[in-house]
Amino acid sequence: MFYFFVRRLAVMVPTLFVISVLIFIIIQLPPGDYLSTLVSELEAQGENVDQEKLDFLRQQYGLDQPLLQQYALWLKGMLQGDFGYSFEHNRPVVQVVGDQVLLSVIIAFATILFTWVVAFPIGVYSATHQYSTGDHVLTFVGFLGLATPNFLLALILMYLANVYFGTSIGGLMDPKYLDQPWSWGKLVSILEHLWVPVIVIGTSGTATLIRRLRANLLDELQKAYVVTARAKGLSETRLLLKYPMRVALNPFIADIGNLLPALLSSAAIVSVVLSLPTTGPLLLKALQSQDMYLAGFLLMCLSLLTVIGMFLSDLALAALDPRIRLTGGRQK
Amino acid sequence: MSDHRGPAPTPLGHYVSDAPFDPSETEEVTAEQERLYTSSGWRLMWLKLKRHRLAVYSGYVLIALYGSILISEFLAPYSLTHRHTDFIYAPPQGIHLFHDGKLAAPFTYGLKYRLNMENLRREYTTDETKRYPVRFLCRGDVYDFWGLFEASLHLLCPGEGGTLFLFGTDRLGRDLFSRIIYGARISLTVGLFGIIFSMVLGIIFGGLAGYYGGIVDSVVQRLIEVIRSFPELPLWMALSAALPVTWSPILIYFGITLILGLIDWTGLARAVRSKFLALREEDFTAAAELMGARPSRIIARHLVPNFTSHLIASATLSIPSMILGETALSFLGLGLRPPVTSWGVLLSEAQSINAVALYPWLMIPGLAVVVVVLTFNFLGDGLRDAADPYH
Repeated sequence: MFYFFVRRLAVMVPTLFVISVLIFIIIQLPPGDYLSTLVSELEAQGENVDQEKLDFLRQQYGLDQPLLQQYALWLKGMLQGDFGYSFEHNRPVVQVVGDQVLLSVIIAFATILFTWVVAFPIGVYSATHQYSTGDHVLTFVGFLGLATPNFLLALILMYLANVYFGTSIGGLMDPKYLDQPWSWGKLVSILEHLWVPVIVIGTSGTATLIRRLRANLLDELQKAYVVTARAKGLSETRLLLKYPMRVALNPFIADIGNLLPALLSSAAIVSVVLSLPTTGPLLLKALQSQDMYLAGFLLMCLSLLTVIGMFLSDLALAALDPRIRLTGGRQK
Repeated sequence: MSDHRGPAPTPLGHYVSDAPFDPSETEEVTAEQERLYTSSGWRLMWLKLKRHRLAVYSGYVLIALYGSILISEFLAPYSLTHRHTDFIYAPPQGIHLFHDGKLAAPFTYGLKYRLNMENLRREYTTDETKRYPVRFLCRGDVYDFWGLFEASLHLLCPGEGGTLFLFGTDRLGRDLFSRIIYGARISLTVGLFGIIFSMVLGIIFGGLAGYYGGIVDSVVQRLIEVIRSFPELPLWMALSAALPVTWSPILIYFGITLILGLIDWTGLARAVRSKFLALREEDFTAAAELMGARPSRIIARHLVPNFTSHLIASATLSIPSMILGETALSFLGLGLRPPVTSWGVLLSEAQSINAVALYPWLMIPGLAVVVVVLTFNFLGDGLRDAADPYH
């Protein structure tokens, strides 16, 4: 197990390195940089440009140097905890981002919980009652969940929540709690607002997981050991819980790796629609205004989240399934 | 599983058939079986697909939808940009068949517009005194048919002096129904071009990894893992934000399809790789190798045809995510931009909560997206089951 742990940890380093290279290329893709855009904009408006500050920033982040050196500077800064400067907000990136990454993590975590809690019973029901009316209805609802653009679902649910529960529109808490210290009321308000994004973001993941669990469980239920157990007189519930379920459970853990990128993906757009204070809207703005270090940092955070999530899911999988622990890799 | 309790069955006596035994006798094969045994893999796949009714119906719907983009101008009652300045944010109008309990030719009622001065809302009421029979195969807005000739023939037109807003109008008074029909052109083809690009990449990378194995395989596998660990949408957002603003709408369109394909190929590459690994061990591959065929010939001639069906099935299943991706990007304003009209661009008008509360019909393009994505999923599921005809 220890060997597996170390090996898995070692794989993460080159992965993150390649990711950082890709992100740097992406944020460098738009022609020109933020400073030149800013200068031309300000000059067009006939305003003065603080030349000293521009020069300082240009030098600090090596914007006048070749790309390779810029990348080296960026990477070095990140390793030392300096994630760059947000040109638009005029502050270091870390200060701009603040709690937003944390809130993203909270939402992702809540969504995974929601996905599991919903997908598990439905998947088991669908598999044990194959081709029943309930199965057909649930399968269809699952398909619908996959097919509906989640930003549309977000709009509709937000509207319904406002009409029927009087939840304030947008944001993650009631406006009166903004910038207030944490209190019981604030927590309740957050929980009240959290369910809409969690449902919306979780829908497609839940639908996928239901289908996978159903298929896996159906495969297992046809195997000989199930017949043997049944022939020995085990009750259906006991039988189900004791053998096939344990095998079919693997995807729940293994899927975190696939689920997390999808979750963060839909979280990004849903947050824009619901104006949640997470990384999504910030990223959109940063991309639109070519605020490259902010965008790069946010992309890096999101990728780091998924890489760590995959790492954790691999560890959990290895702990659960000796086959994976012994062969040292995920079997697909 | 049924219970087998009850009295023990009496054992069967030993039975020997009286018929003379002839070892050279072959089994009778009916003409129907004969046809089945000798039919090609594609035919078997079709036979199996036919049994999956939902998939077949979905296929018909998709063919109809894709066919419609050839003649959008003819199907849409109005042109893409026709603005009805008197009818801004008009609600959907129904086509009626009965008036005063009597059957009549299909018609629409007149629309009465009033600006409510208290809350400044536009209020429309139907005016039942006026009736406008809908015309079929009629002259309407002039359009340029695929740049070939000018025409003005439409399938449906409003009655003289009347209006026909099946799905209502938008903030500029443009007919939403017509715009959805035109939007299908962009939204449906984005997925198609994207998937072609992604299939090419998937076959190349998956094929290389699967055929050569070893270090090539590890490198490609790592690359796939890295790309998959990116959240798709933020990456799409970043890449499409990098498209120069100065590009023409057509270039942006191809840029977007390219971006969609660039991220999506990993799933296909994995499928191709695993198929390659399996097929590489088959006898016919070894035979071809011994006869001195080059790798490119083996791949193109012996391996690819063997999993084309699988490839088509997986491709069908990944088109929906591209259509949803385009919709999301355009909704955020990072993808296609007006005057290009796609369903995502149409939906970007329904961005505020106001739209949901006051003009819910602006979300109808979303319904079109749902229908297309659902049918692609059903068809893809059916194809995937049918792709293994010997199973």
